[in-house]
Amino acid sequence: MAIVLEDVSKTYEVNGRKVEALKKLSLSISDGEIFGIIGFSGAGKSTLLRLINLLEHPSSGRVSVNGTELNSLSGQDLRNKRQKIGMIFQQFNLIESKTVYQNIEFVLKASKYDKKKVKGRIEELLALVGLSDKADSYPGNLSGGQKQRVGIARALANHPEVLLCDEATSALDPDTTKTILKLLKRINKELGITIVLITHEMEVIKEIADRVGVMTAGEIVESDDVYSIFSHPKHAVTKGFVQDIYDFIIPAHIEINERSEVITIKFLNENAEANYVNQLYRHFDCDISILNGRIEYIHDMPLGFLMLHVKGDIEEITRLKIFIDESNGIERAEIHAETV
Amino acid sequence: MQRLSEIAPLLYRALLETTLMVSVSIFFAVLVGLPLGILLYVTANPLLFRIKPLNQVLGAITNVIRSFPFIILIVAIMPVATWLTNSSHGPVFASVALSIAAIPLFARLAETSFNGVSKGVIEASIAGGASLPLIITDVLIPEARRGLTQGITLTIISIIAFSATAGVVGGGGIGDLAIRYGYYRYDTVTMVATVVVLIIIVQLVQLIGDFLTRRQEGN
Repeated sequence: MAIVLEDVSKTYEVNGRKVEALKKLSLSISDGEIFGIIGFSGAGKSTLLRLINLLEHPSSGRVSVNGTELNSLSGQDLRNKRQKIGMIFQQFNLIESKTVYQNIEFVLKASKYDKKKVKGRIEELLALVGLSDKADSYPGNLSGGQKQRVGIARALANHPEVLLCDEATSALDPDTTKTILKLLKRINKELGITIVLITHEMEVIKEIADRVGVMTAGEIVESDDVYSIFSHPKHAVTKGFVQDIYDFIIPAHIEINERSEVITIKFLNENAEANYVNQLYRHFDCDISILNGRIEYIHDMPLGFLMLHVKGDIEEITRLKIFIDESNGIERAEIHAETV
Repeated sequence: MQRLSEIAPLLYRALLETTLMVSVSIFFAVLVGLPLGILLYVTANPLLFRIKPLNQVLGAITNVIRSFPFIILIVAIMPVATWLTNSSHGPVFASVALSIAAIPLFARLAETSFNGVSKGVIEASIAGGASLPLIITDVLIPEARRGLTQGITLTIISIIAFSATAGVVGGGGIGDLAIRYGYYRYDTVTMVATVVVLIIIVQLVQLIGDFLTRRQEGN
């Protein structure tokens, strides 16, 4: 396990009142995986992330990264360990008075990197993030995406084992977000660096994470691989986050009663492309019309939805529902339908 | 006009004295005030090296010195100044009191510019595993350069103003000239001339300070 948090809690005192930012939380993140933590602001995800490099000290519990227990470290040992845990930030946090080159040089100075190799290392990093021509630019003259690339180069300078991403794309436009996420994914694949990211955007999780933990009020309420979270959200907060793909609109003219129902079928994995609809038409004495449909690809695995308007006898509609419920790979979706 | 040419040598001498006092005092103000400002900032910052009691003691000392009316400070530290300069009057003697007044002023101004440095940049430096001395020399001071330049400008101008009082210990200088001739002798020409010279000096200092600040903004 790359990162293990055991029963960590964090309590602040604000105006004499105790605020629990984290409540006895445990979490294990494997080597080489991309783990996403999603939650609204104030959920405690930022505190959780900062425990992993001890920018915040836990009130109780243990934090270990690649077998080293962080709580026991201090001074130079802690600084050495932090050099092996890269971190990037929402606001990039570059040193404005230094050039791109000098920003990266700074962390190499911190680790007393072999002076003869510094220049080569910086050039290598700039090539990796695609900024070789910006070495002498100041951050003030860079776009947001370029600044984050510098942030990434800086975070990777000392060959870290883990990369922490603190809302790394929240200040970027959607296109730039995509390219930065792609870069992070490439870094994860090519360099084998474990990535922990926190975000409030489900898009980011969908795009890049292998596993995801959903956080609210200082706790991880649900944690699973990303596909399962999207296909079978359990906790109300999780459902809220994946709601977008479950939102369907029922046209106003559709009348709903015992003999006229709206049924949405959820297709899982490879079945999303299977020809179940054909069977529905063939085997059931109902009028079936398609109202809406979509397929989401999560890690290249399809998750499909098909909203049907079914008219017919009560028994026949019931039989159709049972058929769906008993078939493998499809199920009836719980839909937050709105009408217009 | 004739009167002006008469006081020209006086003005020239006073200008040299003022320059001497300001140079010595700003040198010590930065030499001692900058580390004090860093200490005030670092001991208050939970990310760096928070030591609340030390911060409170340093803060209190700074405030106490700043509370003294300058003329009382001069008199109060006379023995120390005599011991340090081995004399009992003159611009160098007056520079001791001026330095002591300027140190806490600059320290507070430096602390304020450090407070303006983005917390995120400090956090990123710590996350990068940098040591406190490296953060101070490579992040804190470069990032606060503009504020520090403005602080030095402001401190120089304050020292010029303080130095007018230095006359009581024979410090001389332009402000002293204005008080002696203009205030005690009702010599309007000399007074106007000295005030004009003071205005020009302050304007010049401010202009140079602004120029240097702007140049740093450039990147």
